[in-house]
Amino acid sequence: MRIPCPHCGERDRREFTILGDADPVRPDGLDTDADAMFEYVYPRTNAAGLHREYWYHGAGCHAWLVVERDTRTHAVAGVTTARDDTLARQRGGR
Amino acid sequence: MFGPAPSCGPQDIGDRHFLRYSALTILTQALRGNRGWQPVWRDPEPKPAYDAIIVGGGGHGLATAYYLAKNHGLTNVAVVEKGWLGSGNVGRNTTIIRSNYLLPGNIPFYEHSMKLWEGLEQDLNYNAMVSQRGVLNLFHSDPQRDSYARRGNAMRMHGVDAELVDRDGVRALAPFLDFDNARFPIQGGLVQRRGGTARHDAVAWGYARGADMRGVDLIQNCEVTGIRVEAGRVLGVETTRGFIGARKIGLAVAGNTSRVAAMAGLRLPIESHVLQAFVSEGLKPLIDIVMTFGAGHFYVSQSDKGGLVFGGDIDGYNSYAQRGNLPVIEDVMEGAMAVWPGLGRIRVLRHWGGIMDMSMDGSPIIDRTPVDGLYLNAGWCYGGFKATPASGYCFAHLMARDEMHPVAAAYRLDRFASGAVIDEKGVGAQANLH
Repeated sequence: MRIPCPHCGERDRREFTILGDADPVRPDGLDTDADAMFEYVYPRTNAAGLHREYWYHGAGCHAWLVVERDTRTHAVAGVTTARDDTLARQRGGR
Repeated sequence: MFGPAPSCGPQDIGDRHFLRYSALTILTQALRGNRGWQPVWRDPEPKPAYDAIIVGGGGHGLATAYYLAKNHGLTNVAVVEKGWLGSGNVGRNTTIIRSNYLLPGNIPFYEHSMKLWEGLEQDLNYNAMVSQRGVLNLFHSDPQRDSYARRGNAMRMHGVDAELVDRDGVRALAPFLDFDNARFPIQGGLVQRRGGTARHDAVAWGYARGADMRGVDLIQNCEVTGIRVEAGRVLGVETTRGFIGARKIGLAVAGNTSRVAAMAGLRLPIESHVLQAFVSEGLKPLIDIVMTFGAGHFYVSQSDKGGLVFGGDIDGYNSYAQRGNLPVIEDVMEGAMAVWPGLGRIRVLRHWGGIMDMSMDGSPIIDRTPVDGLYLNAGWCYGGFKATPASGYCFAHLMARDEMHPVAAAYRLDRFASGAVIDEKGVGAQANLH
């Protein structure tokens, strides 16, 4: 499995560490309730197909990335930086 | 309903005729040129409806069907399986059985499973090659010794056998290990002598035969494509071989749990991950216990065929692919070399991957769901094989009586919302905690 880093180019999976599902968004702790925190922490879509997840390029540029990957084949469909992904979400881009 | 049977020869249950296995049967069949063996189970067409349907013809699903019939007299039951029986994780694991757990929610359940393993072959009249050769967990530091002493004490308080052995005790069991490794010198181990291995495929086959004998329909090559729910209760399953009705449906589909449960609108605290396993070329007897090296994460036993069966960590990313990647293979081999340098010249014959239903607290779920009549057996992570008998036993109890079996009472689906999680290792599906 190889991941094309937007800064470093295509690199071996060994250079990266996965954090997990990139879709759950942490609610503001001061402005939420137990149900919303439960929704954030536990249930997962766990798609058989395209899955968006956070990876950290620890042996490269040290950037946090959002990798879109097919869980049935491990083929990577797209990579963006976590920063750009968050900005896009905040602008309501997805 | 399964009364005393003759020690050999055919046996009748209902209107059907069965060959009971024994040494004498083998001898008689041999003398007749082995022409008298019959298929071990039928290959029936699905009926329009059943009292209960189990989705998933793996170890847990087949065991559930068996205990539904044997313990609860429910025989109008179908097991629907998308591939062939035992084609998933029950044929892909490293065959270890043990009950060396720490938490009160877990110990009675896994010990129940161990007791069922101890009587399984007589119960099923099937050779599952259960071998109580002992399981040894190594420790390498004082804190780790304390942690294993605590685990051993918890086990003994629940009536489970556990023994803390020192360096010499480990030497007696496995003299070939690297005792003076600079990073992980071996200081001792926790031993469960009643633990060991079982022939994984035979467990599926034995339960399948036992269920079929009692009238359960085992329907292979029949994939569930939808779950019909009306007014909050299940009516049956849509399959590639048509609709099959049932008022009770049990899911035992391991790595595909999220996919199948989504057909009934459920979103579960589960992620699917790939776990790899390995077998070496056949060797003369080398190791007669199950040895685990938790510090580097490598565990090994030797099959009766002579291959070393071993494994390590999950790959860490979500996967439905039934195959892993090289970094974990490398990591497992490094773990092997760290604890047992003598393995260096042994060749790996095969490796493969299975899809684990990793629950968020690392413990299983045996419970009802918010959909009436839909029951869930899932979240076995990488520890499902040893649980097979008790999982089927307790899931059958739940489906037949609509109440949790006492030894599985902690495995509730709502524990994630209520906070009563069972964090045996405190890692769950979170990759960076492994």
